[in-house]
Amino acid sequence: MSDAKDEWPLWEVFVRPKAGLDHKHCGSLHAADAAMAVQLAREVYTRRQEGTSVWVVRSSDIVASDPGDKAMLFDPMEDKVYRHPSFYELPESVNHM
Amino acid sequence: MSTSITITVTPRVQYLLRVADTCLIHAQRLAEWCGHGPVLEEDIALTNMALDLIGQARMLLTHAGGLDGNAFDEDQLAFLRDERCFFNLTLVEQPMRRSSAHSPGGDFADTVLRNFLVAVWLGLLWQRLAASSDGELAAIAAKALKEARYHREHASGWVQRLGDGTEASAARMRAALERAWPYTSEMFARDAVDEAAEATGLGPARDALQACWQREVDAVLADAGLAQPAPTPFVSTGTLGRHSEHMGFILAEMQVLQRTHPGGRW
Repeated sequence: MSDAKDEWPLWEVFVRPKAGLDHKHCGSLHAADAAMAVQLAREVYTRRQEGTSVWVVRSSDIVASDPGDKAMLFDPMEDKVYRHPSFYELPESVNHM
Repeated sequence: MSTSITITVTPRVQYLLRVADTCLIHAQRLAEWCGHGPVLEEDIALTNMALDLIGQARMLLTHAGGLDGNAFDEDQLAFLRDERCFFNLTLVEQPMRRSSAHSPGGDFADTVLRNFLVAVWLGLLWQRLAASSDGELAAIAAKALKEARYHREHASGWVQRLGDGTEASAARMRAALERAWPYTSEMFARDAVDEAAEATGLGPARDALQACWQREVDAVLADAGLAQPAPTPFVSTGTLGRHSEHMGFILAEMQVLQRTHPGGRW
């Protein structure tokens, strides 16, 4: 791998497929700065009409949970089925809850 | 059997072919970057732009073919016309990525600069063609205008980055500017074809684009810390069908398949 200082920084790309929906993470790319990252995101991730809006964020600015903490953080939820709102009877007319 | 086609070159057809062929040959040059871009993302960007330009050329060639009376389709016009019947700006046929005997080529600076100069020119042209008396041309222009705006944005970003970058990148941009500049006079030449288009409301004469082009180009060059080279008396003649020595080679590569297997489909 080449020296990191010769590489453009990495950016994470989020695309909103259509108005009203959320931006979804769809990948990453290298770009010299934010303006270039938006342009290149458009080139790389929306060439088949996938999007109406693009967000980019420096990958180094994302704070992530440690994969090593996965068991501690997420496994305790396994047996807490009562946290799902699945014990209620929904009226017929309420769809898509 | 000769595979070459002969078109009837009326001023109207020539006016359309000047735009169509400029888009087509510019696209062919940009496409030479496919798989060779400096970074993956820019590689995709360059070929995306080439595809936009090919789309524009296809619509214009189809339209010109309909006016010609011989009812040639877009493929025949692109692949079976001889060099003298191509009317693109000489600038766009100049080598860009690969060097040749008389041109260094191979410098990304040439690519971003030419892309910028042509995108500004095409953008101004599409803007005016959107009000053409020819409804179909106006519709093509309205669609192409959005694409040209993006190309301008993309290319001017690069001109600024490289012009205002390191000493090395600025020197390369200056050299690219010196190489491209003599070919820009043809963008604003005026002849009987332009006058006929102006008189019938088909589209603007080229010289009508000059003031706006100059202003836009000046602004970006100034931001990039680049000075405009001095004008030269040379005016290239691709729009008259008289091309530089590079045209035959680019056509040979572009046309070889259809000329070897006329009508072949894949």
